[in-house]
Amino acid sequence: MYNASDLRKNLRIMLDDEPYIVVDFQFVKPGKGQSLYRCRLRNMLSGNQMDRTFREVDTFQPADTQEKNMQYLYREGDAYHFMDNESFEQIALTEEQIGEAKNFLIENMECKVLLFRDRPIDITLPNFVDVVVTEAPPWIKGDTVSGNYKPVIVETGYKVSVPPFIEQGQKIRIDTRTGEYLTRVKE
Amino acid sequence: MSADRKLEARRRALETRADILHATRAFFLSRDYLEVETPCRIPAPLPESHIDAVPSGTWWLQPSPELCMKRMLAAGFRRIFQISRCWRGRERGARHLPEFTLLEWYRAGCDYRGLMTECEDLFLYVSGAVGTGGKLHYRGRDVNLAAPWERLTVGQAFERYASIPLERALKEDRFEEILALEIEPRLGNPTPTLLHDYPLAFGSLARRSKARPDLAERFEIYIGGLELANGFSELTDAEEQRRRFERENEIRAKRGQPSWPMPGKFLEAIPRMPESAGIALGVDRMVMLFADASSIDEVVAFTPEEL
Repeated sequence: MYNASDLRKNLRIMLDDEPYIVVDFQFVKPGKGQSLYRCRLRNMLSGNQMDRTFREVDTFQPADTQEKNMQYLYREGDAYHFMDNESFEQIALTEEQIGEAKNFLIENMECKVLLFRDRPIDITLPNFVDVVVTEAPPWIKGDTVSGNYKPVIVETGYKVSVPPFIEQGQKIRIDTRTGEYLTRVKE
Repeated sequence: MSADRKLEARRRALETRADILHATRAFFLSRDYLEVETPCRIPAPLPESHIDAVPSGTWWLQPSPELCMKRMLAAGFRRIFQISRCWRGRERGARHLPEFTLLEWYRAGCDYRGLMTECEDLFLYVSGAVGTGGKLHYRGRDVNLAAPWERLTVGQAFERYASIPLERALKEDRFEEILALEIEPRLGNPTPTLLHDYPLAFGSLARRSKARPDLAERFEIYIGGLELANGFSELTDAEEQRRRFERENEIRAKRGQPSWPMPGKFLEAIPRMPESAGIALGVDRMVMLFADASSIDEVVAFTPEEL
């Protein structure tokens, strides 16, 4: 069980029988009065956000969630299929649950899937992925108008800005947290 | 950011801190106050329901130097000030550190109104010393420190800013919530606010108002939405003080928290206390104001997380 004083950013708690994650947190204490904990919480099932203020006497159960290492297998329509690395059981997440991560999912990639009472609700990708550039405009020497960056498309269909020397067929590394190009990967 | 670069980024705020400390000492010495030092480790903290003293062996680290300083007041020291380290458990946020610096001063023959004036003088003096000249710029807004500051009763503040009346907030135990979330952010602009005359239950060590026995002669300073200090006319009735301490312990017991031991020597000294007033001012918050810092982390050399 958590007390109000345990509230922190990213803490996962149960409220009204649903899992929430604390996305913003502010400790407020007037004069010699009781402590107040202002939180912005995101419902981990619906994605909806809400603000709530807790007091020092409030207590919470930890959210009934569990993180498992899984391998991304394939996509079929709206469903993204994963396999549990230990039990070899397969589960599927919807495109909505996958969110931005769909831009970086490559077959056989290892990721962490978050489960709520055995139902998958979210995934966390490795911080960096290496992807092949499938479409790139040719490098025009002396082209400085575009600020020395050009847009390319990678194997997942994601569009990203890269330095002009990157060519089609090359591998590049992307930071999945920011979605930005990091470096060229030499093989 | 590396630890060294973090410290370097705080250099200016730390210089402002040093200037404020020097100016504060000069201010009180010029008014015949004696600078005192009392022990940080004490056998019984002040019994307050919402302050958690940090244990140190079988004793505690002081949440404030209040008890020792009042014993000095009772012994005939008529003007004293202290700048000391204080500890309050489970208090951490953008405006709170579990270890922080408190300035406390006590003055015999003075009531809370006299202290309000002295606060105006102190801030003007300090602003001169740190070079902001009678005003300051905090979080995008100018605050004019020239006296007189706005004086607002708690009752007026509720009428002006709160979503529910004071009586209802008290009845529903939402007084502090409304004060902190609805009223505080709007106080102290464009001049500092002296919020005064608190409901009696919110002035544990403050004297009861003669004209309004339901109120305590307590005030707080707000500048730019930031709470700076808490002062009051001292309660000199030992019996009433003991009853109030017991009530604080009852509140703790209801929440399943251990009660505090009674500070016996302080209670014994109360009848000898002269008519007086005292105040505690958060030095870190004062530095935040003059250094225009949004977080208390920016005005200390190290936060506990950085140790």
